[in-house]
Amino acid sequence: MAGMRHRSGTHGSPLRRKSSTDDRAMRLFILVIAIYLVIALAFPLYVMFSKSLENSQGAFVGFQNYLEYFNTPALVYSIQNSLFIGVVTTTITVTIAFILAYALTRSRMPGKPVFKTIAMIPILVPSLLPGIALIYLFGRQGLINELLFGYEIYGPIGIVIAEVFFTLPHALIIIITALSIADARLYEAATALRANRARIFFTVTLPGVRYGLISAAFVVFTLSVTDFGAPKVIGGDFNVLATDIYKQVIGQQNFEMGAVVSMVLLLPAGLAFVVDRIVQKKQVALLSARAVPLEPLPNKRFDNLMLTYSIIISIFILGILGVCQFAALVKFFPYNLSLGFSNYQFDLMDGGGWDSYFNSIEMASYTAVFGTIVVFAGAYLVEKGQGLGPIRGAFQFLAMLPMAIPGLVLGLAYIFFFNAPSNPLNFLYHTMAILVISTIIHFYTVSHLTATTALKQMDSQFESVAASLKQPFYRTFLRVTVPVCTPAILDISIYLFVNAMTTVSAVVFLYSPHTTLASVAVLNMDDAGDIAPAAAMGMMIFYTAAGVKILHYLLSRGIEARTQAWRVAVAK
Amino acid sequence: MSEVFLKIENLTKNFGQFTALRDISLEVFQGEFVCFLGPSGCGKTTLLRAIAGLDIQTQGSIAQAGADISVLPPAERDFGIVFQSYALFPNLSVEKNVAYGLESRRAQRDEISQRVAELLALVDLADQAKKYPAQLSGGQQQRVALARALATSPGLLLLDEPLSALDAKVRAHLRMEIKDLQRRLAVTTIMVTHDQEEALTMADRIVVMNHGVIEQIGTPQEIYASPASQFVADFIGTMNFLSARIASSGKCLLEATEIAVDTSGLEAGQQVQLAVRPEDIHLEAKESASAEEQNQTPGTIESMEYLGAFVRATVKLHQSGARVQADLSAGDIDQWAMAPQAAVAVTLPADKIRLYPLDA
Repeated sequence: MAGMRHRSGTHGSPLRRKSSTDDRAMRLFILVIAIYLVIALAFPLYVMFSKSLENSQGAFVGFQNYLEYFNTPALVYSIQNSLFIGVVTTTITVTIAFILAYALTRSRMPGKPVFKTIAMIPILVPSLLPGIALIYLFGRQGLINELLFGYEIYGPIGIVIAEVFFTLPHALIIIITALSIADARLYEAATALRANRARIFFTVTLPGVRYGLISAAFVVFTLSVTDFGAPKVIGGDFNVLATDIYKQVIGQQNFEMGAVVSMVLLLPAGLAFVVDRIVQKKQVALLSARAVPLEPLPNKRFDNLMLTYSIIISIFILGILGVCQFAALVKFFPYNLSLGFSNYQFDLMDGGGWDSYFNSIEMASYTAVFGTIVVFAGAYLVEKGQGLGPIRGAFQFLAMLPMAIPGLVLGLAYIFFFNAPSNPLNFLYHTMAILVISTIIHFYTVSHLTATTALKQMDSQFESVAASLKQPFYRTFLRVTVPVCTPAILDISIYLFVNAMTTVSAVVFLYSPHTTLASVAVLNMDDAGDIAPAAAMGMMIFYTAAGVKILHYLLSRGIEARTQAWRVAVAK
Repeated sequence: MSEVFLKIENLTKNFGQFTALRDISLEVFQGEFVCFLGPSGCGKTTLLRAIAGLDIQTQGSIAQAGADISVLPPAERDFGIVFQSYALFPNLSVEKNVAYGLESRRAQRDEISQRVAELLALVDLADQAKKYPAQLSGGQQQRVALARALATSPGLLLLDEPLSALDAKVRAHLRMEIKDLQRRLAVTTIMVTHDQEEALTMADRIVVMNHGVIEQIGTPQEIYASPASQFVADFIGTMNFLSARIASSGKCLLEATEIAVDTSGLEAGQQVQLAVRPEDIHLEAKESASAEEQNQTPGTIESMEYLGAFVRATVKLHQSGARVQADLSAGDIDQWAMAPQAAVAVTLPADKIRLYPLDA
């Protein structure tokens, strides 16, 4: 019998599995979601690109618009400005975030959860808000403008401060994660080899978090280069790419040039995205190592230093918020500092009034509900589906793409695509639906990654077992997959809700008089000079987002308690 | 044996350029317990997954109970499966897990709970019905997975390394329990394992695999006593290999020592590997050994390893310098005053020796 090593004599095409009803159903569903991604993402981007090659009459002109762009010094100067803002913001934010993350993970200072929560606050406000606070602090009639020693807050200084505020939580989350996976055994080994604190820091700590730092740097860079809120409010005459797009489209109605600037803005964002993906892959390899978690030792001087630092950062963040709330309540700054609610009479201002606030809540709710369903179902089908390899690959690519698309670019692409009279989907234009569709796409990638991570953590044999027990896939999906992934599903929905509340960039091109949004109202009131009402509306967004976040926290706790029986034991 | 239940013919599985299974043909009989045994990467799990329809083979056919199931999806086949990870649904209680495959089959509620109770009694977990999987020990989880796989009374039970995540003691206990259960239910069972002890104790027949081909199919006794290839001889149990040459029919030469042995199928002058297990080698103190007994060669004990029930001695053979391992009982040691450096006579019993031609 040992002689069975002869070559197989059978040739021909490989066998293929007969499709089951499940296979066919799952293929149908994945196609539906893939079509959504193609229509709401791929087509608009393609149309925008082709618009950048046309003149205002719609005739193809090749790269003439690009030539014109690069021959207009005022426009090209913005590239330099954007890169300057990006680099400076990245340097400052990553430094601040690293020290704060270090304090939160490697010290024994008191009040860590409080400091961490405060540092997360900027996620809950539109990026316009820090700009408004800076006007009140350092503007021409600002409370403490002498601290600037005659420098102007309108311009790069204001933009950078606002961007640091806005990007801090994003960098902090990444760096905290990187610092928390440290292996205590490395530190013990270094100490046993008599390395001093500084040497350990440079030979163990920094190399351990280098991927986290790189990743954080690229995220901050992308956010600050593509952000539109801060430069719009406090940029003054300092033009950046994002404000150029807005000015070309809204100000000069020059859509083709808007498309060209959009294509230019895609470059740094896309590059940062590609580098980040490569780095992320390496980080995963580090994570899988079996590490012993590091318990920081008490060190009074170091702990006090870190505590002082954390307090200063917290004062900065709470100060920005406090100033906005103060501005919202003051009757007529700086002449009448008595408090009242006159700035909350939004219906008397431009921007859509209180309706815009309720529109925002409606839009955010729809985005959270439908977005979570689409994203989670999509991730599930990509992970667990059989066959359709190329389509699943394309799906995965489309799901990652929105991360690289700045909101303004997406919004402009939607104008081109959905506003075209020949498009049968034209009826969506100026509706609530298009706001929801675009917002889901805008925040698709992070949600998709959250869902994919949760799905990958599940035993890959569940589906095999269910099939052997002859159970249809949707039954296992509803009875096992969804319950087990509930924490991730809640995370996705809250992420979508909060971002839908605060986003300005994509929707600023897409709202209609009936669908004005709170964040856009902040922008428009600020534009009209009604800065105090803008601050008031900005704070309304903050309170709403914070309230929902607290609700989410309580809900998660409740679910955790109810399912503790199986979940806690699983964590062992 | 009874009739053929599962018939695999000329099965080949390629992953890109890599051939995981090469022209596998195999029959499994009704009610039989078969083990696929081999080192990791030998293709045993790939074969199991092909039988389950989880990874379809590239070529070849599989028939179960007379029907061709070669390309059917898992849901259209008739099997229950237990994985190494158990894959118990963490959010469902033990009884809900076991009932999972029963519920949509239009069974009455009390019928289902009766069947679940029956199955839980069968695996001795009746008192754990309301608990969640994570609250059970590894062995208990394994039994729940088994009950769940058996709930729908499948014609074929597939076990993918079901015991390897458990610690030694639980493993030995569950081994007996699964085997006993299988015998009582008479369900045709295929188990994949890399643990030879598991295969030897549980299987009716063992399929030894290596590099995507079947090396030998046989009962545990056949596999252990008459390994068909050098790989099987080496893989199962402990085996000494010595270089030798065929002298004439019925004789081979181990250096200067003539060894009487069955040489059928081999030609004079051919180089061979002489294989003999440590427990089959006899050692005697040199002084008392009668002159030149058959199949005997002189050696010196180099070291002795105490293994509890017996002692394993490493003996250096004088003529070749080769080393062999031989097992000694406590009685042997006392009788012959065996100790390191002792000169011994090494006897290789003719009926326990197997010869394998050197791979060309």
